[in-house]
Amino acid sequence: MPTVSMTVNGKSVSAEVEPRTLLVQYLREHLGLTGTHVGCDTSQCGACVVHVNGESAKSCTILAMQVEGADVATIEGLADGDTLHPMQEAFRENHGLQCGFCTPGVVMSALDLVRTNADPSEREVREWLEGNLCRCTGYHNIVKSILAGAKAMQG
Amino acid sequence: MSETGIGAAVRRVEDKRFLTGRGKYIDDIDQRGQLYAWMLRSPHAHARINGVDTATASQAPGVVAIFTGADMAADEVGGIPCAWQIHNKDGSPMHEPPHPPLAVDKVRHVGDQVAVVIAETKAQARDAAELIAVDYDVLPAAIDMDLALADNASLVHDDVPNNLCFDWEIGDKDATEAAFAKADHVVSIDIVNNRLIPNAMEPRAAIAQYEPSNGNYTLHTTTQNPHVIRLLMGAFVLQIPEHKLRIIAPDVGGGFGSKIFHYAEEAILTWASAKVPQPIKWTAERSESFITDAHGRDHETHAELAMDKGGNFLGLRVSTKANIGAYLSTFGAAVPTYLHGTLMAGVYTTPAIYCEVKTVFTNTVPVDAYRGAGRPECTYLLERLVTKAAREIGMDPVEIRQKNMIQPDQFPYQTPVALEYDVGNYPASLDTALQASDYAGFEKRRAESESNDKRRGIGISTYIEACGIAPSAVAGALGARAGLYESAQVRVHPTGSVTVYTGSHSHGQGHETTFAQLVSESFGIPIEQVEIKHGDTGEVQFGMGTYGSRSIAVGGPAILKACNKIIDKATKIVAHILEASESDIEFKDGKFTVSGTDREMAFAEVSLAAYVPHNYPIEELEPGLDENAFYDPLNFSYPAGCHICEVEIDPETGDVDITNFTAVDDVGRVINPMIVEGQVHGGLAQGIGQALLEGCVYDDSGQLLTGSYMDYTMPRADNLPNLNVGTQSVLGASNPLEVKGVGEVGAIGSPPAVINAILDALAPLGVDDISMPATSAKVWQAIQNA
Amino acid sequence: MYNFNYQKATSRDDAISARSSADDGSYLAGGMTLIPTLKQRLAKPSDVIDLAAIDDLAGITDDGGAITIGAMTTHAAVANSDVVASKIPALAALAGHIGDPQVRNRGTIGGSIANNDPAADYPAGCVGLNATIITNKREISADDFFTDLFETVLEDGELITAVSFPVADKAAYAKFPNPASRYAIVGVMVAQTGGETRAAVTGASQSGVYRAADIEAALGDGLDAAAAKAVKVSADGLNSDIHASAEYRAHLISIMASRAATAAG
Repeated sequence: MPTVSMTVNGKSVSAEVEPRTLLVQYLREHLGLTGTHVGCDTSQCGACVVHVNGESAKSCTILAMQVEGADVATIEGLADGDTLHPMQEAFRENHGLQCGFCTPGVVMSALDLVRTNADPSEREVREWLEGNLCRCTGYHNIVKSILAGAKAMQG
Repeated sequence: MSETGIGAAVRRVEDKRFLTGRGKYIDDIDQRGQLYAWMLRSPHAHARINGVDTATASQAPGVVAIFTGADMAADEVGGIPCAWQIHNKDGSPMHEPPHPPLAVDKVRHVGDQVAVVIAETKAQARDAAELIAVDYDVLPAAIDMDLALADNASLVHDDVPNNLCFDWEIGDKDATEAAFAKADHVVSIDIVNNRLIPNAMEPRAAIAQYEPSNGNYTLHTTTQNPHVIRLLMGAFVLQIPEHKLRIIAPDVGGGFGSKIFHYAEEAILTWASAKVPQPIKWTAERSESFITDAHGRDHETHAELAMDKGGNFLGLRVSTKANIGAYLSTFGAAVPTYLHGTLMAGVYTTPAIYCEVKTVFTNTVPVDAYRGAGRPECTYLLERLVTKAAREIGMDPVEIRQKNMIQPDQFPYQTPVALEYDVGNYPASLDTALQASDYAGFEKRRAESESNDKRRGIGISTYIEACGIAPSAVAGALGARAGLYESAQVRVHPTGSVTVYTGSHSHGQGHETTFAQLVSESFGIPIEQVEIKHGDTGEVQFGMGTYGSRSIAVGGPAILKACNKIIDKATKIVAHILEASESDIEFKDGKFTVSGTDREMAFAEVSLAAYVPHNYPIEELEPGLDENAFYDPLNFSYPAGCHICEVEIDPETGDVDITNFTAVDDVGRVINPMIVEGQVHGGLAQGIGQALLEGCVYDDSGQLLTGSYMDYTMPRADNLPNLNVGTQSVLGASNPLEVKGVGEVGAIGSPPAVINAILDALAPLGVDDISMPATSAKVWQAIQNA
Repeated sequence: MYNFNYQKATSRDDAISARSSADDGSYLAGGMTLIPTLKQRLAKPSDVIDLAAIDDLAGITDDGGAITIGAMTTHAAVANSDVVASKIPALAALAGHIGDPQVRNRGTIGGSIANNDPAADYPAGCVGLNATIITNKREISADDFFTDLFETVLEDGELITAVSFPVADKAAYAKFPNPASRYAIVGVMVAQTGGETRAAVTGASQSGVYRAADIEAALGDGLDAAAAKAVKVSADGLNSDIHASAEYRAHLISIMASRAATAAG
């Protein structure tokens, strides 16, 4: 089996994998980073969103081999010790999550929005979330959380 | 109000783990030596199985075992049971054909399990499953309900004539006929309540484990009610006694009803885990969820409303066909009957009501409870019909509702369809919603839209539901085979911290916070000193689980009851230690005081005394501070409210934009307003989804055409507006917390508000009917046909 | 997913030779279509040849009268490109509404047009803007490139290297998305380039992207939106499925063409 190496949440990791191993499988099954979830098999739900070289990507639609040498960030790498990232804190403060399953992907997606658009409008947030399905919140408080998180990140 | 007690918008205890990726859903858990299962599923809707050849597959790399229906039958494994028994009009019981976990003679829907492959990796199991050769004789499929009921229909179950599971009725037929005989106006409507796919974001998953040394089984499963699964699977399917079977439902990623039911995979895995014997994990692919998670709704109804000259309701006649799918799922029989027919009074004083329901087997996925379960179907029917009646007699849709509503002084109100509403104020909810939605300003907004070549409409729904399921005595009379109480254990530790074991299950509702608030309030202690445990039959004494908006209404009072037992016992301890009479002890703000004195004991001092009994009435009281309670309400609770939807339609494309959505809900006492609002938001999104976007489509051969998110439209953020939600509560009367329940109101009240708004917008174009989901394509077509 | 050999090509030649020596090789660009297809076990390539490490396949160059976009350029890069936004804003807008943000971060123009999904946006963009598809072997006019559903003139192993778009005088793309998949039910690229008016339609036809002659005639030199809206498009040969009838698609072609014409100004 080929070997793949990358940086995940700032740590160098390397493993032998079958070529068909998806990035999300590598994260969950090899690295035990189970915060990244799988909610569909057609690349639509976004529960698996991580950052690859700083950009949001669906880890269920990337082979682990494709990100050889890349810098990958997952939900587990966001908080600073016991202190939540401002976006995580905004979700907590605004009840932006219920069952929590879609949440890691939504938060990682939201951070990519703020990277490209520091002060998004409500409409821009809603449109950005096209790749993230949530069945619990009706998105109302997710949108509120992201707007608050973006503001907090501007600090 | 304390900072973390009843009424406080406490931020959720559970959020930190979910936000940091440290939630533990079943697929996040691995057991040492774990194998993986892949289910070989039927590609046909209906076929006879002549043989299953597993020889080649068994030799495939990594394969440990392959089992078929014949293997389970040889072990005399039972069928998946139904928890409700419904009776026909003639008193005979419904048909309950067997539901073997792995198909034996026939497959009855696309997705039915035919074999399970167990291998060292999931990929190997799936690879091997492709090597299994199943010899099928494909049979004609019964898909459409009318065709399934026809005399020449293909039979889903050979011994169920006309595929009719049961033919049920409620209400007074003669009185209703008499009401129609004297009516001045009769309004009729034909309604389809579209079939939905629940789509909790976490696919179902399970890990079964057997310990040969002591015969103990442990099943981790994505369920809303672990004790119910233990009972159903242990007693009826696998004959495993409770003390040898532990069910764990850890973090569960949404349920909406779809994770209530006992599913075949749970039994297959548990049974197989003893054969192998190694732990076995199964996680559904989303495409499997679409063809195996119980679907929701799927009713066809004809209804008629009789009115006098003044628009007063005289009688209601309802005839429903309900699709039950290929097998009776756990609650399947209850949904179109006691969760549907009993709500036909709505919020109105209609004096005579008759409702009949034919429930039909088809070669489709079983249909069972999905958020609202029967009540959205009833509400949609009533609120469409009432709005249509207003239009036909030229009355304002607000006025017809006000005229026929049960008034606040009429409670308790006995409806003609079994239920007794305890309290409510329906006109107040309606008034509040009218103001919150600026109903009065609508015509101005309509004119603005029309000046932009758009069509604007407004729609109202005034709904009621019965939830807090259920009073056991009532449920039993209605056909439930179990009592539906709830249990709680409150364990106060020596230093005053508290662990609560609840039979309710949280899969997004925030029980770890709301329930902790009850305890915080009850004991006057900070919420940080309280931990809520749920979802493990090995820890929690018993429980009936979470569905039917019952957690706060039934599970909550159970906790309160146990807390009160703790306070009673603590009072005795304090009386002894402070040498006072029990009747003189007051408990307030976390302190026990001898009234009229400055003698007091803090809560933690009492708990320490209970466990460190140096000065303790050991001859009168056992040490410890740990109490159990079972709570069973005497009535359902009856949340009600008013939803008002405003839409703007682009007649060129048929695109419907919800510009405003207002929900005013009476949910009784609010424990955590932040969580209550969130529950309403989520329910509304599912209701709006049903009205505008979601619909399950089968072709005539029984293939699911909406089998992935490519074709099944899930509401996305940009489909929904900001939601204007609020509560207008009359305190509940059926339980000591005075709560009513909030999980389902959004999904129940909203669909007719949306459709009524669309029809209001399109009425000037001559459109008088549209079915859900009102997609752009359908709206455009309706305009063309008008 | 079935297993396969994974190869990371380091140059165009490397990719082409890996593909030709494989039993049943498949190029992997952004993977936004190929990987879901593999996951559904709908394809079983012996070798997957990743093009991502070939550094001269991505990038956007301004050639004055045209913009050339490397085959491995992502939708996000096109959407956010200042060059594209200033020269052919319609193309940037089109790319900015393909799929969702994560698809745009990974999906590529080369991958999209090689796949020629009949409901994808780029085929309409290429035909409407009269693009030229450049491969390792030849240059192909977009009019000739897309042949049928999921079919192109690409030969086995032929590699798209870039797409060249002439700068349009006026252009806009209007899409009516499928509510579930968000692919186009109907998408129309209306463009006027050097005196020629084009209206390319995706999502609607049973044979994939096509130029709508009746719409083009109605649009005329002035991109007459009202005239486009008045065209009664025939439903013959259009798709009909659970989301949209052929008649609805026919109607939407006029409406989307008209809206694109208005947006193009």
